[in-house]
Amino acid sequence: MASFDKKHILKIALLAIFNALAVWSAIILFVQRNYPILAVLVVGIIIINYVYLSSKTYPAKYILPGTVFMILLVVFPLLYTVYISFTNYGTGHILNKEQAISRIEAQYYRPEDPREFDFKAFKQDEIEELKLLFEDQEDGRLFLGIEGEIEEVIREDERLLDTTGDGEIDEINGNQRLERADIIQNVAVIEQMRFSYNDSEMRMRDLNSFALYRPAFEYDEARDVMVDLRTNEEYRPVEGRFTNDEGERLSPGFRTYLGWDNYQELITDPRVSRPFLRVFVWTFQWALLSVITTFGLGLFLAILLNDQSMKLVKLYRVLLILPYAIPAFISVLIWRGMFNPTVGIVNRMLVNFGLSSIPWLHNIFWTRVALVLVNLWLGFPYMMLLSMGALQSISGNLYEAAIIDGASRWQQFRYITLPLVLVALGPLLIASFAFNFNNFNVIYLFNEGRPAIAGAQTPAGGTDILISYTYRLSFEAGRGSDFGLAAAVTMLIFFITAAVTWFNFKFTGALEEVKENE
Amino acid sequence: MNNYTPTWMKIAKHAVIWLMIAFCMFPILWALSASFNPANTLVGQPLIPERISFSNYETLFTSQQHPFATWLINSVKIALIASFGSVALTTLAAYPFSRFNFWGRRNGLFMILLVQVFPQMLAMVAIYLLFLNVQTIFPAIGINTHPAVIITYMGGAIGVNTWLMKGYMDTIPRSIEDAAFIDGASGFQIFYRIILPLSKPILGVIFVIQFIGSYSEYVLARVLLNSTDRLTLAVGLHLFVAEDYGGRWGVFSAAAMLGAIPIIILFMLVQDHIVTGFLSGGGVKG
Repeated sequence: MASFDKKHILKIALLAIFNALAVWSAIILFVQRNYPILAVLVVGIIIINYVYLSSKTYPAKYILPGTVFMILLVVFPLLYTVYISFTNYGTGHILNKEQAISRIEAQYYRPEDPREFDFKAFKQDEIEELKLLFEDQEDGRLFLGIEGEIEEVIREDERLLDTTGDGEIDEINGNQRLERADIIQNVAVIEQMRFSYNDSEMRMRDLNSFALYRPAFEYDEARDVMVDLRTNEEYRPVEGRFTNDEGERLSPGFRTYLGWDNYQELITDPRVSRPFLRVFVWTFQWALLSVITTFGLGLFLAILLNDQSMKLVKLYRVLLILPYAIPAFISVLIWRGMFNPTVGIVNRMLVNFGLSSIPWLHNIFWTRVALVLVNLWLGFPYMMLLSMGALQSISGNLYEAAIIDGASRWQQFRYITLPLVLVALGPLLIASFAFNFNNFNVIYLFNEGRPAIAGAQTPAGGTDILISYTYRLSFEAGRGSDFGLAAAVTMLIFFITAAVTWFNFKFTGALEEVKENE
Repeated sequence: MNNYTPTWMKIAKHAVIWLMIAFCMFPILWALSASFNPANTLVGQPLIPERISFSNYETLFTSQQHPFATWLINSVKIALIASFGSVALTTLAAYPFSRFNFWGRRNGLFMILLVQVFPQMLAMVAIYLLFLNVQTIFPAIGINTHPAVIITYMGGAIGVNTWLMKGYMDTIPRSIEDAAFIDGASGFQIFYRIILPLSKPILGVIFVIQFIGSYSEYVLARVLLNSTDRLTLAVGLHLFVAEDYGGRWGVFSAAAMLGAIPIIILFMLVQDHIVTGFLSGGGVKG
């Protein structure tokens, strides 16, 4: 090892801090019995220490931090999405099976003829938990309840004191007995107290007594069934819920592997597939319309501005790219106010010109029109800047030759300008298509994907695109989350994005660029 | 084009452009006017307010229920740290890809190219569940914390930024490093003293692009944050207007103006680079 100069000490110190944190997480993961993640963490710790302590891994020292971030926050989430799409993860199926079983087994019921206990409560100060003394109503046996545990005691136990000599125990280890009024004051606390007694549980019944509650369910691991101890009915796991022969299901459910069910649901269940298909088609229409309108207007303005003799070109350029400089979330919200159907300026102007007002935001068709207009406003400056660059690279000779041949202005545009600009900007137009395909902000901030599609079982709106649809499936308040179905839709977006980009890479030779790096 | 252009056509050109400028400016001026209009309502707002008032701006900084100033500070803080971290990570990662030949280099480049194809927000469900689980180990970087958002943004842009940065570093001539090497500079010194200063322009551009991107990001912040005082401006403003637009238009407009101005200034500083940057990166600003 090299001499210990300052740089080395710093490196070792940083590595030590990292290792300390990593080992700490490893311990927590071990306690949580999360072994798969623990294994990944241990491998990660080893790799990172190796890279920074070995002298053979020079380039990796630079690349590793970025790689870790990329793997954790891009690659892993993408792969995890694939996994989720094959599960029923979502509301009602958040827990894993082990957790769900222990939740179900923690459900108790009160038998028709429960054992009951009179109780007295004892208290030392505000901090310590109450101590309870139980007396079995049938045989008079005494039990001491401390911190959730029951212990049988005899009357002569030295902890139980009768300081007043009236035959009643009024102190336990310095805890004073509570009068009835104090018990009423503490009733909320006492109600929450649970004591386990054999396989049963003691809970407060009324101000004088506790009763024994029995577990309602028992899990039979060998046969993988949940048995209802009251009726001996058996519940078998079906799609993440324990279900009996009559189809009754226990809560909570658990997450489980579903195979292709989510994908199948998208295609075959008409309540899901019909709105999904509408969302799917509109996503393509939206992306295509966005590219065509922004490119059309952008190119048109670029041609107007592409004139050296024109005055004020610089000023025009700055003013025209202003919409592009404002964060989209702000301008979309401004437009949302302007398109407000009752009080927005757009409808007020229409009425002033003697036209009737339009149900923007309430009618699917008109909301789509408004969205395309808003996105035109947002997106044309980018296309204009690109087109201006492309126009400048077209040689003037081409136009001179065309003029000599008697070509009209339209013909010059149609046969020289447009094809050359399209070739130059083709890849960027495809990228813009892919971007708008996933343009969540404009769609969601403008109207949250609404108006709703009538009769849809999933929260699908008339202006929802696939990405906003997955968001609503996962996080829309009030509906419950269906992460599994959302992930299946995301997979579809993956494949479409991948296909579009593959085509684009072929077009631009980006892959060749990688090969050149050999 | 050397075509003869008649005067009427020149005038028509200017007229069309001014019409387009009006289209561009209208929403901005409309919101600017509303922000100074004390009426604070969409109903019957004139373009030029009858009297100028700063009451909407005052509300921004005094409202208890909707802490705009806090949201703005949150957004700036998150975007600043995320951009700084992202630039640091990508600079380190791009350097070996540009300068060294090592095992796995080509596959590494291919991975970067592949990963940056998929927008990070596609994985919003997985990212949400990831931080939900992280919360049980490190509550300080779990759901509803700023570090969670910052880390997410830092990881999200590494692919495209490394690609951009490597492209720029490739253009720096190697002869300078060779000379330094002969003079006895160590590997890290070459990186720190030579490559880093020479890459300053692209560092600045990537920083600004990343800042604008993080500042404008909506969905991941929405998924990861939930208590009012921790929201970013994008999430806070949307929730604010989604509840009741008509009666909050003025205050919203004031917040929109304050929120947009820093970004407009940044954008104008780097506008040429943004276009060239996206030309090679293939992305579009959102």
